[in-house]
Amino acid sequence: MLEVALRHRFGADGFALDAAFIVPAAGVTALFGPSGCGKTTILSAVAGLLRPQEGRVILDGVVLCDTARGIVVSPERRRCAVVFQDARLFPHLSVETNLRYGLRRAPRDAEGPGFGDVVELLGITPLLGRRPGLLSGGERQRVALGRALLARPRLLLMDEPLAALDTARRAEVLPFLATLRDATRIPILYVTHALDEVDALADRLVLMEAGRVLAEGPVEELAARTDLPLAARRDAGAVIACTIAAHDGVRGLTRLVFGGGAFEVPLRPEPPGTAARIRLRARDIAVATEAPRGISTQNILPARLLGISDSASAHEVFLRLAVGPTTLLARVTRDSVARLGLTIGMDVWAVVKAVTFDHAAVRIAAGTEVESGASARRDGDNHV
Amino acid sequence: MTLGLTPDEWQAVRLSLEVASRSVLVSLIPAVGVAWLLARRHFPGRMLLDALVHLPLVVPPVVVGWGLLMVFGVRGPIGALLNDWFGVRLVFTTGGAALATAVMSFPLIVRSVRLGLEQVDPGLEAAARTLGAGPFDRFFTVTLPLMSPGVLAGAVTAFAAGLGEFGAVITFASNIPGETQTLPLAIYSATQTPGGEATAARLALVSFTLAMTGLVLAELIARRMHLLLGRG
Repeated sequence: MLEVALRHRFGADGFALDAAFIVPAAGVTALFGPSGCGKTTILSAVAGLLRPQEGRVILDGVVLCDTARGIVVSPERRRCAVVFQDARLFPHLSVETNLRYGLRRAPRDAEGPGFGDVVELLGITPLLGRRPGLLSGGERQRVALGRALLARPRLLLMDEPLAALDTARRAEVLPFLATLRDATRIPILYVTHALDEVDALADRLVLMEAGRVLAEGPVEELAARTDLPLAARRDAGAVIACTIAAHDGVRGLTRLVFGGGAFEVPLRPEPPGTAARIRLRARDIAVATEAPRGISTQNILPARLLGISDSASAHEVFLRLAVGPTTLLARVTRDSVARLGLTIGMDVWAVVKAVTFDHAAVRIAAGTEVESGASARRDGDNHV
Repeated sequence: MTLGLTPDEWQAVRLSLEVASRSVLVSLIPAVGVAWLLARRHFPGRMLLDALVHLPLVVPPVVVGWGLLMVFGVRGPIGALLNDWFGVRLVFTTGGAALATAVMSFPLIVRSVRLGLEQVDPGLEAAARTLGAGPFDRFFTVTLPLMSPGVLAGAVTAFAAGLGEFGAVITFASNIPGETQTLPLAIYSATQTPGGEATAARLALVSFTLAMTGLVLAELIARRMHLLLGRG
């Protein structure tokens, strides 16, 4: 468990950070927020590269920093490895020597994956003899991941590891991040301002704005809230953990089951049993008061209207729809609410456009949240 | 193979090479230390240290030689200690010539090392820290290798400049053939001697060649190192 509480002010009336949160055990916790909200400052303070004016950092009961008690452990003794946005490989050392840099300095009794396992996991065997200067951005970041993991850290810190990469390189590295997350049992603190990375990797979310923590909790829980800045985004919507149940090659469809029902999406490459997570954008969900007929949409789910809340637009509202234990968000106009006579508690139909399940929306989810898929997930790792 | 030089002239060339090498050996490590302090540390008196290091560049070399006489002379505070305790005398010796040369070329090395150090991304040292490397560990495994182009270039430049140090050497170590009479001193003596024009010309040519070789070598080393370090 990582416990963080920090106060720091840059300059007399500069940016002020006042944030506290807790990371429970393993899995990925994303520090998410716009640029300049203090995410990287927090990461630096946890790594020890920045000394906070006030605060505490406690990792698994070990005090790394406690300004009240005058304790500040130096970064080299914290065993918190960092994956930086710019990789920061040592240019004068080969890829292999870079990878072994932290490993050679790790305590002898530290546990962690071996050199061969990590190299294989990240697919960097052919790069071992090369100099970092000759690697592509994606390769560099994979080596940086390996170097951090091989340092046998107690905590992995990632500072926007994909932000410096173009779309193609991001798509290349993202699956390795997912693999790494699944292969390690240490907690990962992941700084990002990209929501798709949160969807793909994070178990928990610490939502930040202007140096403060707005909310923290499981990704699914925060995504379903309409009172957070997340709801103002174009891609706002519920994030749902599900499991790939079956493929229908003839119809070209894959069936995903989740708590409360099932979706059919265009054929997916992952084997049945794989846990996945999908983002259902609120603007892609329509609501009907009668079962729609003669409609091309594949997914029509019976739902109950739980609530109506304001959106960023004066003319639109969010509908909170319960599908079994799962909550979906739909964004509709106030006019539609009036026209259909929608009232809380009403039984409705959620019409989910099939296009919502395009390739980009289906992500490999973290197993910790999907009990049913947790055991199957390990076997399903070969897709990444 | 004498290249047309007389044994006495050869002696001056050899002595110059020896004095220059010894001066670089003496000043290199302190120069790296001082450059690191100036580039990376903020402490009271930093500007004073910076000025002190650069003093030999602007003060007349004779004044530096005189200063060394005052400090390292047999009756000077350090010179007396060295003489009484270790029987080491620096004035009028090859070692003294090397010391005078080292002081004169010190700012050259410091400047070059500092430039090299400023090329090192502190982010790489931070990365080394998070991977468990302590201060000395990361200095020797990350900082020093990455600043080595500056260190090498500084050493070669100082060596080339050291071959020609005149004022400080003649003031502190005097002009003793075979002991402290380096190339420039030999050239000076030749010009003061009737019929010494040919010697002066030959030694001047040697001086010029050595200096040019040194500068070209420094440049080549710097380029090669940058390639090795992946900076293109």
